Amino acid sequence: MDVRHDWGGPKLYNFNFEPVLAGSDQLLIGAWLTIQLSCAAMILGLIVSILCAAGKTSGIAPLRWVIDAYIEIIRNTPFLVQIFFIFFGLPSLGLRLSPNSAALLALVVNFGAYGTEIIRAGIESIQKGQVEAGTALGLSKLQIFRYIIVKPALRTVYPALTSQFIYLMLTSSVVSAISADDLAAAGNDLQSATFASFEVYIVITLMYLAMSVGFSAVFSVIEKAAFKYPLSR
Amino acid sequence: MLIRPFGWNEFWIIVMAAQWTIALSAIAFAGGGIGGLFIALARVSDSTWLRLLATGFIRIFQGTPLLMQLFLVFFGMNILGFAINPWLAAAVALTLHASAFLGEIWRGCIEAVPPGQREAATALGLRYYNRMRYILLPQASRIAVAPTVGFLVQLIKGTSLAAIIGFTELTRQGQIINNATFSPFMVFGTVAAVYFVLCWPLSVLARRMETRFSRATAR
Repeated sequence: MDVRHDWGGPKLYNFNFEPVLAGSDQLLIGAWLTIQLSCAAMILGLIVSILCAAGKTSGIAPLRWVIDAYIEIIRNTPFLVQIFFIFFGLPSLGLRLSPNSAALLALVVNFGAYGTEIIRAGIESIQKGQVEAGTALGLSKLQIFRYIIVKPALRTVYPALTSQFIYLMLTSSVVSAISADDLAAAGNDLQSATFASFEVYIVITLMYLAMSVGFSAVFSVIEKAAFKYPLSR
Repeated sequence: MLIRPFGWNEFWIIVMAAQWTIALSAIAFAGGGIGGLFIALARVSDSTWLRLLATGFIRIFQGTPLLMQLFLVFFGMNILGFAINPWLAAAVALTLHASAFLGEIWRGCIEAVPPGQREAATALGLRYYNRMRYILLPQASRIAVAPTVGFLVQLIKGTSLAAIIGFTELTRQGQIINNATFSPFMVFGTVAAVYFVLCWPLSVLARRMETRFSRATAR
């Protein structure tokens, strides 16, 4: 006979992963939504960063002040408050967004502030002689910016940029707070339907971990493909 | 429910809620400082096991969202037989989070001390404790000040997520006031402004110290 003693200590918790398994489709869809949201925010955020970095190094003072103010405000306030402000606050200015668009906008605006500083550091690492050489070769301003400034700058700051990208993906879990669709939101739904809270969140946490490992693998493949020209001979 | 206007009274309620944000940040920073020191020392130790353990700890906390860490501690406490308590859960989760991040930052600082220092200390016959206490850590701590203050800003912002598990700090107080006044623009504008007032001076300080330090070490 199976005799179990009760020592009076904390009761052993019976882990129950069945509801999580049953909801695995839901979680995989959620993960896919997080990947899509993060990729979209990365690409748009990178564009914003490059534009702002170009604006900051352009030498037009008022433009620099505006960009500096944007960077300082975003970097010194929490993402959760930013997303609340965009989703709940902006409608009173007439800008009403769906949770998903508000989530994307908040992630892009947030990333832009960090990305700008990273790209600017990259641009400042380019020596003046490079730009002068480009001018001497008869390249247009846009060509110089694209081939002589942006590409080598991106290469220099690539490690910082990719870790910021992964941080963006992890931060995107916060969009579940305005009920935008992502992995954390899928987890919240499953959690409230099954009450297997700990099991649901441990699985989701592992899924986020797998995604950050996956993203860094993809980033190193991109690095090899995009920046394989030699640095110097 | 009555909707009341957003006035000075509501403004002060939000501003006063910053004390809980500050308290939570202080606890997590103090706890994370102690934890981070052990993680950093384990990360640079001679024992492979300790190094692997510390690396794994850091990877897990840096590779998962802070929000999930909060949820896991929050629901995990229940499993361990503790009553669910947002205040305690937030403090524990943020302390673990800060330990991992500070551990990684400080590892970099310890490794940035020129290797000759360690070799010289060993040659002088100093054992591990004295080598760390008198030679490596004092030099590493000078390098560490700026990035540590930078992380403190990140930590203060991170405490806002405690609002999601129901701890009433600055952000959650904003949500509560917003539900009563329904003027989200003013409410979250005020909340953001209070965070800015807390974080911006620290950001400026971190930047200043960094430039001063790099100027002092540049030859």
